[in-house]
Amino acid sequence: MAIARPALATSALRRRAVQRDRLIAVLMLVPSILAIAVFVYGFIAYTAYVSMSNYTTARIDLSFVGLDHYVRLFGERRFQENIRNLIVFTLFFLAVCLVFGLALALMVDAHVKGESVFRAIYLFPMAISFIVTGVAWRWLFTPGDLEPTGINLLFEMVGLGFLKARWIADTSVWPNLEVPWLKVRLMVPMAIIPVVVAAVWQMSGFAMAMFLAGLRGIPEEIKEAARVDGCSEWQMLRHIILPMLRPVTLSAIVVLTHVSLKTFDLIMTMTGGGPGNKTELPSLYMYELRFSQFNTAQAAAVAMILLILVSLLTVPYLVYNRRAQSVEQ
Amino acid sequence: MKQERKLTRRQALKLFGAGAASAALAACAVPAAQPAQPQQPAQQQPQQPAQQPKRRLEIFSWWTNGGEADGLNAMYEVFLQKNPGVEIINATVAGGAGTNAKAVLQTRLAGGQPPDSWQVHAGRETLSYVNAGQVEPLTEFFTEKGFDKVMPQFLLNQLKINGEIWTVPVNIHRSNVLWYNPKVLEEAGIEPKFPTLDSLFAALDKLKAQGKVIPIAVGGKDKFEASHTFESILLAVFGVEDYIKLWDGTDTMWNDPRAAEALGQLKRLFSYANSDRSAQGWADAMTMVLEGKAAMTIMGDWAHGLGISKGAKVNQDYGWMPAPGSDAFMWLSDSFCLAKGAPNPNEARAWLEVCGSREGQDAFNPKKGSIPARTDPDLSKYDDYLKAAIADFASKPLVPSAAHGASTTNAYQAKFHNTLEVFSSDLDEKSALESLKEAVADNNR
Repeated sequence: MAIARPALATSALRRRAVQRDRLIAVLMLVPSILAIAVFVYGFIAYTAYVSMSNYTTARIDLSFVGLDHYVRLFGERRFQENIRNLIVFTLFFLAVCLVFGLALALMVDAHVKGESVFRAIYLFPMAISFIVTGVAWRWLFTPGDLEPTGINLLFEMVGLGFLKARWIADTSVWPNLEVPWLKVRLMVPMAIIPVVVAAVWQMSGFAMAMFLAGLRGIPEEIKEAARVDGCSEWQMLRHIILPMLRPVTLSAIVVLTHVSLKTFDLIMTMTGGGPGNKTELPSLYMYELRFSQFNTAQAAAVAMILLILVSLLTVPYLVYNRRAQSVEQ
Repeated sequence: MKQERKLTRRQALKLFGAGAASAALAACAVPAAQPAQPQQPAQQQPQQPAQQPKRRLEIFSWWTNGGEADGLNAMYEVFLQKNPGVEIINATVAGGAGTNAKAVLQTRLAGGQPPDSWQVHAGRETLSYVNAGQVEPLTEFFTEKGFDKVMPQFLLNQLKINGEIWTVPVNIHRSNVLWYNPKVLEEAGIEPKFPTLDSLFAALDKLKAQGKVIPIAVGGKDKFEASHTFESILLAVFGVEDYIKLWDGTDTMWNDPRAAEALGQLKRLFSYANSDRSAQGWADAMTMVLEGKAAMTIMGDWAHGLGISKGAKVNQDYGWMPAPGSDAFMWLSDSFCLAKGAPNPNEARAWLEVCGSREGQDAFNPKKGSIPARTDPDLSKYDDYLKAAIADFASKPLVPSAAHGASTTNAYQAKFHNTLEVFSSDLDEKSALESLKEAVADNNR
């Protein structure tokens, strides 16, 4: 149509085109914005409301009761155990994953032969569902009673019998500190360690990939300059590479921590929360509250607490990222 | 320039169209999901007048494999003989001993799309559905069909909630059974007769001292094994009448010193059990008995079904007796209810009639490995163990199982299981008793 009127200036034509493009862009975004508004934020708001309602049986009862369910949850021994397990699991998982990821990345980055093969091998577990990981590692970490099974059997076969342990059936804890105002004892449940091993096995490849991307982003000139200045490899790692990896490390921490906060499938298939709630995380308790106890309001309260924990972590990160981006621009 | 812009616009339109189409599809999916089942018999269609809607029946259960699914299908066949032309929608959800199915059912009920009839443990487990007004009372239906005359009075009384019967039991399982390996006991010089807990512990002592096998195998992976073992001990310690009072929704009996005593006995029993019980399921425990790695285990009589499936013979490769301390019959039962607002109420009633009928129960139970909830089964269809169970069901005092919902609500059961799971690992009687008392109120909702 515009072509039919040669009188129009080209600049006006262009402006119109821009406007039309913008209109199309907005039109295309509207459905997804609507869908997200309803199916994500709408339901989050609904969950928040349900967590303060009296919907505690199979009968739908949305009368408002305030923060009762939150108060009850934090006063419950079982939920306190859940939170303790969550903290222990996250700390171990994060620390080991980062160390392993960095070590693998440094090794792969050392320009060894067949680098891409190693990279694929380390990344591969990430392609597997946590459910499969959980089932497979449960078999490995089932200790066996009269005769060893799984990993204990492997240890025995290669003459490392002294490494045999109770693994996922281990009921012992350490250091078992009593805190006067908590119903739960502060400790590391031994049974959570095999779960951390399985989670690290699955996710350290991801940490490696992130660190590898970070390493590749460090300009060769800087390393060159450091070498010319007589820097040893260790000094280079300590004073040049690690500081330059800081943004990547932060991203890895945020992603891994929110994976660990939301972990459900791995625990469900590997230990089911046992022995005696020692590996149970809030997500599992939430499932039981909703689908076994039919206590929807209480389950919604757990969901909200998890959401708050995750957003405490991700919102500052997103803000920081936005600022960093605008500074770059 | 012109060319380029046209292309983008066309692409944009296409994309937008695709988006709109998929949104429309998603909107359609909700009503379409329920009926669409294309595998109806083609030759019957022309006979029916075009405007008459097809008769349907949707049955929801967690019977998805082995004898359970076979039994369900056998019952469907009986139903179809009596109600030809009805299309059965077999809505099953596998896994988790029903937990997954209950999760799906909950979302359907919350969304106002109930199946016509669903599987539920008979007894107090039905309470949450009754309170929520999701099921119809069936007391009149029972008298109408004469079920009240062919089911034991004990059972009918224990089925009642708020004075009404709400579900039709299709089978009976026995919870309090001790399974043992006769060869292992013989080699250890133990006669398989443990009428009391003391006689059981004497045998366990002997086995532990010899140290060749695990004296008693206990599971834990499926979450109900510890509570299952505990209910048999509660029955032994409290006796029939007081045992029943444990589940009346008050803490009277839990304040009785016998409650602590029962936990003490369970703790003692655990000291003879495998220490990796949190990693083993009930089926692993029974397999240990069948393979001679463990001497005995306490489990419901679905363990008999496992024995058969492993090619073992009852009274030969494995033996059974009532769990020590009481020879009462602790029952649990799978049953079907009638949904309030069922889409096909007539078909649903016809289905429940089959569920309660002699023909339906005799079709289902030999395959599932359980006994009918009626006192008049065709004995020739049942194996030796089931015949003995039928005789016991008719003659022994009946008590309801707590671990399997006959005397407990869903909410209470979950806490009961968890408390005993924790006890199995921590062996802390004081905190276990506290949690059990705390949970009591949940047996009323």
